[in-house]
Amino acid sequence: MSVGPPERSHGVGPPLWLLLELTYRCPLHCVFCYNPTDFAAVGAELPASEWTRVLREARALGAVQLGLSGGEPLVREDLESIVAEAHALGYYINLITSGVGMTEERIRALKRAGLDHIQLSFQDSTRELNDFLSSTRTFELKARVAELIRRYDYPMVLNVVLHRLNIDHVDEILAMAERMGAQYVELANTQYYGWAWLNRAHLLPSRAQLERAEEVTRRFRARVPAMQVYFVVPDYFETRPKPCMNGLGSVFLAIAPDGLAMPCHAARMLPGLECPNVRAHSVREIWYDSPAFNHFRGEAWMKEPCRSCPERSKDFGGCRCQAYLLTGDAANADPVCELSPHHHLVTAAVAEAEHAAAAPLIFRDHRISIAVEPHRGTPAAR
Amino acid sequence: MSALSASARPAIAHGLRLQWEPAQEAHVLLYPEGMVKLNGSAGAILARCDGVRTLAEIVADLERTYGAADLGDDVAAFVELALERRWLELRA
Repeated sequence: MSVGPPERSHGVGPPLWLLLELTYRCPLHCVFCYNPTDFAAVGAELPASEWTRVLREARALGAVQLGLSGGEPLVREDLESIVAEAHALGYYINLITSGVGMTEERIRALKRAGLDHIQLSFQDSTRELNDFLSSTRTFELKARVAELIRRYDYPMVLNVVLHRLNIDHVDEILAMAERMGAQYVELANTQYYGWAWLNRAHLLPSRAQLERAEEVTRRFRARVPAMQVYFVVPDYFETRPKPCMNGLGSVFLAIAPDGLAMPCHAARMLPGLECPNVRAHSVREIWYDSPAFNHFRGEAWMKEPCRSCPERSKDFGGCRCQAYLLTGDAANADPVCELSPHHHLVTAAVAEAEHAAAAPLIFRDHRISIAVEPHRGTPAAR
Repeated sequence: MSALSASARPAIAHGLRLQWEPAQEAHVLLYPEGMVKLNGSAGAILARCDGVRTLAEIVADLERTYGAADLGDDVAAFVELALERRWLELRA
């Protein structure tokens, strides 16, 4: 009897979206960064030869959307050669960057190598807050990079992570994007992982702030229909969880700088998942056969209330990392869901967001290495 | 009936890319951080939108290729939808 490959029998599709976090090094120190807070303890970065092997193997499985991020991917001096290899393989290549390290020479080389799109992040519409939140003087530089992106005929995609300290500036942020000729603007409310989790008490906006920002965005969309504005609501204000990654192991494959293969950017922190490393395994083995990638496929891992919930095939129980951070168990329902017995942890955080935080902001820094532990209710005690 | 002129020359919008993906057995449209998997007829239409051929020529080619008649309205309706979604733009 012949047995088909496991991917067929289990209905597992290809890893259509591949994210390579080329490095955790970054000149910025953003307080909302999702990178692991102990990133300084992560092992050596893969060399370009290993990244190109990963690109070849994933492409053969069907990966087609490629994100190059970090850290700051421009820190890698071999970025252009990685892009050239990816382009030759047929990927659509998205560079996700702060702009720091971009020069005319590099953007020309990246264009020649076949880079399809650059997503440029701003921290705010004002120099003061942009530079404060990233703990760098980068606002003017970013504005120059936006001009380069336009001149080199790239679609202009601006990303601004929103939180309590800048969400009242959405008006000015959108006006800045309009001046820069942006086609797409992502107003992405902070998701609470990594450094953002540590700083949650400073970053979670109040409900009134959120409603004002949504109203401003609605008015802007009506006035400037040519610009596509994505407004990602902070899920703490929802009553149902996001369908995180469309289910772990469904379409998304992230590779960390040290070669760790993860079913989502933050999965490194999940205890017992034992994510495999591309240094030791092929992408095919990792995607189809590894326990880590199979663990949260299907519904067998679910607990109540998800297990019998009619919405489980729609939201997959929400985010595993959020369930772990808030409840200590990654198999619990995402507490964002009002059906979760832990939902009060989320509503309590939202209620706290009406008040100023007492503890100081913690800027992302390699000199601070913090292992994040789940805490019931509040981010890591300081 | 469609308002779109038969002499319009639709093209894949700037910054987007259409390609055949064997793993998905489909044409896909790729754009910044997103992808649309196209069904057979959508793929067949978009693959002919090269900014050179007119809508009338695209319809004629499709009718010839698939041995069908009277595809004009359906193709025009899809092209209009794709223009609305900014998958396509018109070339002079």
